[in-house]
Amino acid sequence: MHWQVIVPLLLFLVIIFGIGIWSNKHIRSSNSFLQEYFLGGREMGGFILAMTMIATYGSASSFIGGPGVAYTKGLGWVLLAMAQLPAGYFVLMIFRKKFAIIARRYQAITLIDFLRERYKSHVIVILSAISIIVFLFSAMMAQWVGGARLIESLTGLNYTTALFIFAFSVLVYVIIGGFRAVALTDAVQGSIMVIGTIILLIGTVIAGGGIDNIMASLVAENPNLVSPFGAEGELTPLYVSTFWILIGIGVVGLPQIAVRAMSYKDSRSMHLAIIIGTIAIGTIMFGMHLIGVLARPVLPGIEIGDKVMPLLTLKVLPPFLAGIVLAAPMAATMSTVNALLMLVSSTVVKDIYLNYIKPTANDTEIKRASFIVTAVIGLVVIIFALNPPDLLVWLNLFAFGGLEAVFIWTVVLGLYWKKANKYGAIVSMISGMTLYIIIDRFYPSVFGMHTVTIPIVASFFIFVIVSLLTSHKFKEEKLFI
Amino acid sequence: MKDQRFKIAHREALIGIGLVIVNFAIWFGFAYGLGSGDPANYTYVFGFPAWFFYSCIAGTGFMIILIWVVLKLFFKEVPFDDEEVDQ
Repeated sequence: MHWQVIVPLLLFLVIIFGIGIWSNKHIRSSNSFLQEYFLGGREMGGFILAMTMIATYGSASSFIGGPGVAYTKGLGWVLLAMAQLPAGYFVLMIFRKKFAIIARRYQAITLIDFLRERYKSHVIVILSAISIIVFLFSAMMAQWVGGARLIESLTGLNYTTALFIFAFSVLVYVIIGGFRAVALTDAVQGSIMVIGTIILLIGTVIAGGGIDNIMASLVAENPNLVSPFGAEGELTPLYVSTFWILIGIGVVGLPQIAVRAMSYKDSRSMHLAIIIGTIAIGTIMFGMHLIGVLARPVLPGIEIGDKVMPLLTLKVLPPFLAGIVLAAPMAATMSTVNALLMLVSSTVVKDIYLNYIKPTANDTEIKRASFIVTAVIGLVVIIFALNPPDLLVWLNLFAFGGLEAVFIWTVVLGLYWKKANKYGAIVSMISGMTLYIIIDRFYPSVFGMHTVTIPIVASFFIFVIVSLLTSHKFKEEKLFI
Repeated sequence: MKDQRFKIAHREALIGIGLVIVNFAIWFGFAYGLGSGDPANYTYVFGFPAWFFYSCIAGTGFMIILIWVVLKLFFKEVPFDDEEVDQ
């Protein structure tokens, strides 16, 4: 037990709970439970939304898994991580105005609401709901595991206890506070992530005796550690540039990110969010992965990648600062998991329960359903997380790629292409997901490209071709795009 | 009725794509342009290998400034609610 480390962490939890309770007041006084619970009443300003975006995006893999891989692969992995920079601005620039305007016009609360209005197809609603539930569920499990591992290594508690502490903290504030609590805690968590990254980066450089010194010992150990190709030369330009699709631009297709473009107050806050988001994501991704590389000479011989970051923090920083820095991955994990939890439960409540099971439900029933569904999903994830898999990064990225393959064209073309229709969307969603799963399972790197490349490219052409072939059926329909 | 706001939105989405292409060119170009040789012959800037400094550090800083300039010069503020437009 490192009590000096645990005190800042406990403080952090108290703040987070406070926000949850405060947000619950808004929910009680709001006249539209759904708008408030799942979108925070669309009142979020620029700073908060930039932070909730990057906090949602930056996950356990950015703080725990990522630096661990950087530790073994060297600077090439930092290069790869920097492909994530566009996630800060591209999503907002693409969705920004148009999505915000249309979402308000449709009174859309979830991404699926938008798709339902746009394509008028039950098949699309159900396909989307299934893929969100399945993929985000697995992503959530990765986050649960990450959070639990972290608490485990800090407190010395066993994994199961750590998992319950972590899951309980997240579940409480999400269930009582809804999206407003999620966004506000994200703002706190995002700030901690940025500050923690900077503190740890400085601490590590000092501990390693300066950049020159660290680089020299890396070169002495294996010159490839400072090349863009990775320690074993495995990061080829083709792989790295196709990876860019997955973590840079494909992020446009992630529902948990897209839904945040619906909750903005006005376009001014969006402009602000773009610049703050880009700076924050640049700092975090660059800082954390570089820290992983710099850790190698400072703390040699770590075999489990996931332990690099916590061990390094405890070694190079005084205990109280270490507590603040270690709150960062906790924050990252919590903020990702809360967004996913919110999205999965809004999918179940709004898109399945209200569409198909009980369309006449009144506010009290919706409220009860939302609390119950959120709690049940959370508990089921805990049960799955009791038997965790080893490397978080891959599990998490699997969910990323799957969702991108399913949603990217359905959302983007639905928004920008008049001729996009439900047949094109359905065929493209199914083929995107099928291809992704087949390629991921059986041919992980076709021609050395990242798994997600072919599904995304193929589903684009399939979408366009099928939409054009069936366009004669949609002559009369008026569209708001 | 053609919504003027969508015209703005479309143009700004295209600008977003342009920025991503510039971003990719800087990031990829410097990394493999300068980093492809033997690591023993690398030059170093502020302690970092030159490819890494230009691609990941200077390139990121440049993108942030570029995005800020583009936002100031080309992005317009529009209302989101339909009622505000009708008035």
